[in-house]
Amino acid sequence: MSDDVIIAEGLTKVFNKHLTAVDHVNFSVKHGEIFGFLGPNGAGKTTTINMLITILKPTEGKASVLDFDIAKQSNEVRNVIGVVPQEYTADEDLTGWENVILCADLYGIPRNVANERASELLKLVELTDFKDKKVQTYSGGMRRRLELACGLVNRPKVLFLDEPTLGLDVQTRTATWEYIRKLKKEFGMTLFMTTHYLEEADALCDRIAIIDHGKIIVVGTPQDLKHSLGGDIITLSIKENADVSELIRSIDNVKEVKNEDGSYRIKAEYGEVTAPFVIEALRRKGYTVTKLSMTEPTLNEVYLEYTGKSMRDTEESREAFRAQRITMMRART
Amino acid sequence: MSKLNQHNPSMFHGTWALTKRELKKWLKEPIILLMAILQPVIWMGLFGKAMNIGNMFSAGNINLPPVIPIQGNFIIPPQSSGVNINGTALSQMFASFGPTLMKNIFGVSDYFSYMSVGMISFIVLFTTMFSGMSIVWDRRLGFLNKVLSTPVSRAAIIFSKVLNASFRAMFQATIILMLAVIFGLQVSSTFNPVYILAVYAAIFLLCLGLSSVFLALALRSTKWETQMAIVNLINLPLMFASNTFFPISQMPDWIQAIAQVNPISYLTDAIRRLTVMEFDASAVMFDFAFLSIFAVVFSIIGIMLSWRYLTK
Repeated sequence: MSDDVIIAEGLTKVFNKHLTAVDHVNFSVKHGEIFGFLGPNGAGKTTTINMLITILKPTEGKASVLDFDIAKQSNEVRNVIGVVPQEYTADEDLTGWENVILCADLYGIPRNVANERASELLKLVELTDFKDKKVQTYSGGMRRRLELACGLVNRPKVLFLDEPTLGLDVQTRTATWEYIRKLKKEFGMTLFMTTHYLEEADALCDRIAIIDHGKIIVVGTPQDLKHSLGGDIITLSIKENADVSELIRSIDNVKEVKNEDGSYRIKAEYGEVTAPFVIEALRRKGYTVTKLSMTEPTLNEVYLEYTGKSMRDTEESREAFRAQRITMMRART
Repeated sequence: MSKLNQHNPSMFHGTWALTKRELKKWLKEPIILLMAILQPVIWMGLFGKAMNIGNMFSAGNINLPPVIPIQGNFIIPPQSSGVNINGTALSQMFASFGPTLMKNIFGVSDYFSYMSVGMISFIVLFTTMFSGMSIVWDRRLGFLNKVLSTPVSRAAIIFSKVLNASFRAMFQATIILMLAVIFGLQVSSTFNPVYILAVYAAIFLLCLGLSSVFLALALRSTKWETQMAIVNLINLPLMFASNTFFPISQMPDWIQAIAQVNPISYLTDAIRRLTVMEFDASAVMFDFAFLSIFAVVFSIIGIMLSWRYLTK
């Protein structure tokens, strides 16, 4: 068995013969990592996940999960994966406990094992006190946690999370990330997730694929992607009235130096490592650094670099997205 | 890797889990149950009691004068003066035609017994129609997608809806039957309590067939409005083009043609023959044969379509 848990080769989905939602996508997910699909709404993230969890059939190409072909061995795939969908799928009229047990039943887990796992999982997501309350009464964060518990009931080797914090407020979102990290550690799973929140991809994912218009644009760790932009920005001032641009430029990893009225703007790779070298080099020549600050490029800049548009810009035009979503929904029926 | 498939759900296990979910939801909403029962009860009151067809032929409605003089050629041999007929006696004679007419046309002597049995078909039709609606909701709320991502059989998803509709219809039918007996349903002299089991079997067969039809219609729909429109379009026509309220023999040919293939007619006929009408083994057998074929054909089509269309 290879080290790659998920392998997609030329995976394509075309709706109604003309709407290409996912366009010849290739990627692989390594054992034990959190792999994230980052992209705006309608980029093809959910369609990809739906193909991998076997509820959509690919139009072209193939993919495998733990060496099981998603099209030919869909039942084997379903047995080894857990799914936390974008929507709140728990049944509102049932209690949290009944929902987890229902999920266990769908995997054919015997009742005594199911009871054991349900209480263990509900404890893990801190819903034990609410297990006998109807899901109707749950808050958004609680529902999300219940979905997590349901998705883990079959002890999956691979967990799929589709927009795990969609619509949650910032605090709840951060708390949910904690749960996801905890669950991953507890069960040693491989995670595949989609998100359109940059901070989420940055905070949670080991590796990210940026996807736009159904195509993967770039894959890498959040760090690598940021570094690929040419590094961090170090801004410094010195006490002495001299031009040290050339001196700074000679230091390793420094890419660009600009003297802006005595304040130097330095573009450097691995800024946090390079900055001490810069200070040291200046000190040796007798200069005194009076001020130094450093900014790392964010994923937003990465996103801007690769897609030519800002994620935040795209997010602002909600109306356009809604229209797009409705179109997609209609196309899918 | 073989270790991974520790627990593969059997078809039965999955079906039962999903059916239990539906039944739990149903039991938690007693208002819906109450409404579902109230509706046929109101219909029983409005149609069964208000449209008192049997009573039309009673003596009070035939007001003949005590003496009816008849002139001229009506009497053979002709007598110029004519004869007198006892009107009172004649109207009493006509009145006795009432029950006979009812018996000949409807098969029972009172209309209430006739139509209250039809209400069981009514409840079956309405309950199964909404089973299609529930799959649309499951799709919209994402529950269906989640179930589809589990190893549970696709047929189990459909079959659980069918079973749920059947259980509900049978439960409601029991209440309707009990209420009908309280309100004056008269069972025939040939009635045997064992026949009740056959009544349930017939209800189950029609539920199986009808809910498969409505689920198949809803399989790929994401809009409950569409489903609602379909239901609204066909529920009353399907109801009236059957023997639920009125005997088929009295209808024009083209409606008769529809009523002859309308499975609702066969359920109503089977239950009538088992309860309020005189038991006729061969007719009941024929009804059962039709209902069985209907159930088998459409549940197979439903399950085949679910395999084909639940995964897009």
